[in-house]
Formats: sequence, structure tokens, C-alpha cells
Amino acid sequence: MKVLSMTRTTLLPVFSILVESGQLAVRDALRQLLDGLKPLDLDVEEAGTVELVMAEALNNIVEHAYPEGDTSGPIRISCEHARDGLHLTVVDAGRAMPDGRTPVGAAADLDVDFCDMPEGGFGWFLIKDLAKDVTYQRHDMENHLRMRVAVALS
Amino acid sequence: MDLRSRSEDTLQVVSVHDSRIDAAVAIEFKEAMRSATDGGNDTVVLDLSEVQFIDSSGLGAIVAAMKQMGQSRKLALAGLTPTVEKVFRLTRMDSVFPVFPTLDGAITKLKT
Repeated sequence: MKVLSMTRTTLLPVFSILVESGQLAVRDALRQLLDGLKPLDLDVEEAGTVELVMAEALNNIVEHAYPEGDTSGPIRISCEHARDGLHLTVVDAGRAMPDGRTPVGAAADLDVDFCDMPEGGFGWFLIKDLAKDVTYQRHDMENHLRMRVAVALS
Repeated sequence: MDLRSRSEDTLQVVSVHDSRIDAAVAIEFKEAMRSATDGGNDTVVLDLSEVQFIDSSGLGAIVAAMKQMGQSRKLALAGLTPTVEKVFRLTRMDSVFPVFPTLDGAITKLKT
């Protein structure tokens, strides 16, 4: 009997990216990540989701883990493709998250006066809205952020 | 940050000739918008059709650009590409700005 299947049978091998925190680190890392995902032929929607989630995670590291005035340090990204999507791990050796956990990432309140319209605070909302299984751990003086983006499923 | 401004009847159209409005250029974008819109028309259409990617910092910079124009003026957005549209939709910022699929559509609707 012939089995018709739409499932993707090949999983992308694990790959990793290493950049030094700084102004251009985020664009550089995102370009490398999207290059690494090219064999998956993600559509614009899926690629946009991956890029957005990773951009927000990296922006937070550059801004808060290695703030201006601190010495910069490495940011390591690894990407593992599994049947339930892309498992992204981001590790840095900068400052820990306040309270040892990620911000809640509530939606911004837009029912406010014109001059109080929020200009920030969207980053964690976007991460938690677009990624699944977001976990954060601090160990060995490093921050470990894990996220799953449900694209390239099989 | 390459912004180009032109007049279209009573409207001012500011086109972003860059593919990204992200954390690396957010402050520069906000300042470029200030120079482009200071003392300009009441209604400004921001043409985003060349922008492929925006992050939360870029979104914040567009909100800041609207606020620095003042409440009596209007900042409309046109030509949102898929990822840009996604950011505005998820954060519900598409309810704060008038959003038009195309620049031509925005001009037709907004000119008086």
C-alpha cells in the first residue's frame, strides 16, 4: 500500500553560531542563523518568526546582559531541528536576569493618553507570543535561554 | 538611515530606503523622522514598502516619531511587508496607526 505523506523526513543537522556582543552582533548573528536555515526553505512568514524571536532575545542580551560600560563577551546560539520545530538555545556570560527569571512579557497597555503611548516593552511579549517552551537558567556564570519555534515541522 | 520625503497634494510621504528598522538604527531613525517631519504637513505617510524587518526597538521608534509630531498631526503607515505587518498586528499597534496595504491606497484615501 502506498502511503501518501506530506511530512518532512530530513532534519537539519545541529549548527551553532558564535558572536561577540556589540552593536553589530545582532545583525551578524541573525544573518548567520537565516543562512543556516536556508536548506529548510522556510516561507517568509516562518523565517520572519524565527528572525523576530531571535532578534528580541539577542537585543536583550546586548542591552542588559552586556550593558554599556561592562566588558563585552560571547553570545553562543545553537539551533537544533526536531520534529516539533527549531530548538534555539542562546548562551551568554553577561549579567543575570533580574530575579532569576525572564520578564512576564505582558501585552503593552494601549488604552492610554497619546503622550503615554508605549515606546518599549514589546520584546518579551513578542518572544513569548511567538516561541514555545521558553526557559531560562543561570548556571556556571552563564545565562541559558531556550526557546522552540514551531516551524519546519514534520 | 536613508529617508526620502516628498509632497503629494496635502500629504507628506516619507519613504524608508533601508531594509531594516532595528535596534542598531532605531535612534537614528527617530532623529531622521524628526528632521523630515518638523514643520511639515499635518498628515505624513510613512512608506515602509522597502522595509523587510522591524524589531521592537524599531516599532518603538515609529511610536516615538508619531509622538514627536504631536497629537494634532497624523502619521499613517503604508506598504507593510509580512514581518513588519506581523509586528504591528501582534502588538496591536495596528490599532494606533492608520495602516494601508499600499502607498497608492494611502494617498488616495488620505488626500483631501
